[in-house]
Amino acid sequence: MSETISKEQAFDQKLANGQVIEPKDWMPERYRNQLIRMMSQHAHSEVVGMLPEGNWITRAPSLERKLVLLAKVQDEAGHALYIYSATETLGVDRKELIDQLHEGKAKYSSIFNYPTLTWADMGAIGWLVDGAAIVNQTALAKCSYGPYSRAMIRICKEENFHNKQGYQILARMMQGTEVQKKMAQDAVNRWWWPSLMMFGPTDKDSPNSADLMKWKVKLHSNDDLRQRFIDRTVPQADAIGIKIPDPELKYNEKTRHYEFGQINWDEFYSVIRGNGPCNHERMKARTKAHKDGKWVREAVEAYAAKHFN
Amino acid sequence: MTKQEALVDFCLQIGDTSLIHGQRLAEWCGHAPILEEDIALTNISLDLIGQARMILTYAGQTENKHRDEDKLSFHRDAWDFRNVLIAELPNGDFAFTMGKIFLLGFYMKNLFTVLSNSKDPSLKAFAEKSLKEVIYHCRHAADWVIRLGDGTIESKERMQKALNELALYTDDLFEVSESEKILVQEKLIPSLADLKTNWSHDIAAVITQATLKLPQANNALRLGGKAGLHTEHLGHILSDMQFLQRAYPDAKW
Amino acid sequence: MATNNDTQLKLWEVFTQEKAGASFEHAGSLRASDNEMALLNARDVYARRNEAVNIWVVPSESITASTPEDQGPFFDPANDKAYRHPNFYKTPAGIKQI
Ligand SMILES: [Fe+2]
Ligand SMILES: [Fe+2]
Repeated sequence: MSETISKEQAFDQKLANGQVIEPKDWMPERYRNQLIRMMSQHAHSEVVGMLPEGNWITRAPSLERKLVLLAKVQDEAGHALYIYSATETLGVDRKELIDQLHEGKAKYSSIFNYPTLTWADMGAIGWLVDGAAIVNQTALAKCSYGPYSRAMIRICKEENFHNKQGYQILARMMQGTEVQKKMAQDAVNRWWWPSLMMFGPTDKDSPNSADLMKWKVKLHSNDDLRQRFIDRTVPQADAIGIKIPDPELKYNEKTRHYEFGQINWDEFYSVIRGNGPCNHERMKARTKAHKDGKWVREAVEAYAAKHFN
Repeated sequence: MTKQEALVDFCLQIGDTSLIHGQRLAEWCGHAPILEEDIALTNISLDLIGQARMILTYAGQTENKHRDEDKLSFHRDAWDFRNVLIAELPNGDFAFTMGKIFLLGFYMKNLFTVLSNSKDPSLKAFAEKSLKEVIYHCRHAADWVIRLGDGTIESKERMQKALNELALYTDDLFEVSESEKILVQEKLIPSLADLKTNWSHDIAAVITQATLKLPQANNALRLGGKAGLHTEHLGHILSDMQFLQRAYPDAKW
Repeated sequence: MATNNDTQLKLWEVFTQEKAGASFEHAGSLRASDNEMALLNARDVYARRNEAVNIWVVPSESITASTPEDQGPFFDPANDKAYRHPNFYKTPAGIKQI
C-alpha cells in the first residue's frame, strides 16, 4: 500500500516538474483510463469525420479541388491511425477500441453528425471544424502523455493545410456569383454553432475536466479554448465578408475578446445521445465498412500464417 | 483524323482512363477494410487524378480550343470520353476493386513503358513520371491479388470471380483505336503491338502465384471505350462528377 | 467462416530516413499482416509528404525496450564519460575540421 502511495507521489511530482509520462512509466489507473477514453474518442472522431467530407469527393467542382479534398480526408484517416497507435501504448488493442465504437460504447465528436448539404460545407468544415480542432490539438500537443503529445505534433502540422484549403474555398465563393455567396453564408450559418460545441460543455458542466486538468492532459479549460477559437476566427470571417450567425457577437475593447451568444446545449446533448441528423447514417457507414472488410482481414491473416510463420 | 487530332484523341484515352479510374477509387475513401488501406487506395486515386490533370491539360493545349483540364473533365458528355471500360465499372467488393487496379495497372505500366520512348516530348515526360506511380500501383495490387487468392476459401472465390468478370472487358484494352494507328504510323509513338503479350505475361505470373486460374478467353462484345461507346455506368459517374459545373456554369470554384 | 477471429492485423513500428545518410528515426506504428504489406503501408502512411527516402518496418513484438526501473543503473554510468563525446576535445586553433 505504502509503495503505491509513493509511486503516486512520484507520478504527481513528475507532472509538477512538467515531465512527460511514457508508456512504461507507472501511472494511476484513473489516468490510464481517462486517457484511453479521451484518446480513443479523438481517434474515432477522425475516422467518422472522414464521412461528411467524403460525401463530396466525387462531386468536387474542379480536379484541383478534388485532389485537395481527397488528400485532406486521407490525412484524417492518418490522424485516426496515429491516435489509435498512441492509444494502444496504454495497453488496449485497436480492435477493442473499434468494437467499442461500433457497439455504441464509445463516443466521437458530435459535429460529424451534421450533414454536408452543399459544396460550401467543404469550406465551412475546413475553416471552422478543422480550425477548432487546431486550437484543441495545439493545446494537446503539450499534454503530459508522451505518445499523445507526439501524435498531436504530427497532426497539427497537417491540420494547417486543412484549415487553409477550407478558408480558401469560402473566400473564393465570396468573390463569386450571388448564389455562391449565398451558399457560403448558408454553410457557415449551419456549421458555426456546432463548431463552438466542439470544445465541449462549459467548464462547470464538464465531468472529466477537473481530473484531466490536474493530470495536465488538458492544459486549458473548454471555455478558454472556445474563446481562443472565436477570437481568431471572427476577423477571418470579416476579411471575406462572411457574417457570423450570432446577433450578440461583439468585440469587447477592454477584455480584448469577443463576447458571444448562448450556445444551445440542449441540441449538443441531444446530438450526443444519438438524435443528430446523421448519427445513424454515420455509424451505419462505419459498421458496414468494418463488416464488409472482415473477409479481407481474415484472408491476409490466413495468407501470413501460411507464408510467414 | 489529322495527326494533331489523333494526338488529342490519344491523350484523352489516357487522361480519361486515369480520371475515371481515380474517380471510382475515391469512392472507397472512408470505407476500406482497414484504415491503412483507406490511405493506400486514396494515394492511388491521387496519383491517377494527378495524371489526368497533366495529360488532359496537354490534350487541351494541343487541341487549341480553349479547353483546360476542367473544361475537358466537366463539360463533355459520355460519348466524348475515351477511357477504357474497366475504369468505369462500379467498385464491387474489395476483390473486384483490386482486380481493376491490378489489370489496369499492368496495362498502364506496359503502355507508359512504350510511351517513355515517344518522340513527343510532352507525352514522353508524362509517361516517365506516371510510370513510376503505376509501377507502385501494380505492386500494391499484385500483393493483394496474391494474398486474396491464396488466403481463405472465401477470398479465393471472390478474387477468382472478380478476375473472371473483369476478363469480359480486357479485350477492350487492346482494341487498336484510330488515333493509335495514326500516331504509330507517324512514328510519334513506338509500336503498341507487343502490349497485349507483355501484359498477359505480367498478369499470368501474378495470377499463378496467387494460386488462381487464368480467366478463360471469351468473345464478349464489351468493346468500344476508346471510341466513346461506353457501359451504362459512365453516364452516372458523369452526372455525379459534373454536377456542380453543370448546375452553376458561370461559377468559379 | 469463423465468426470471432477478426483482428486489426499485426502491429509494426516504422522507422524512416529523411534523406540519404541521415539516421533512421521512429515515425510511428501501423498494422499489417506481413512484412511486405507493412512496408507498403509505411510508405503510404508515413511518407506521403516526401518524409522518407528509406523505410524500416519491425514487428512491435520484436522490440525490447528498457524499462523505467532501468533508468538509474542503465543510463547514469554513461553520464560522466564526457571523453566519449567529440566536443570534449579542443581543436587546435587554425584547424577547421577533423
Ligand atoms: Fe484530423
Ligand atoms: Fe483535419
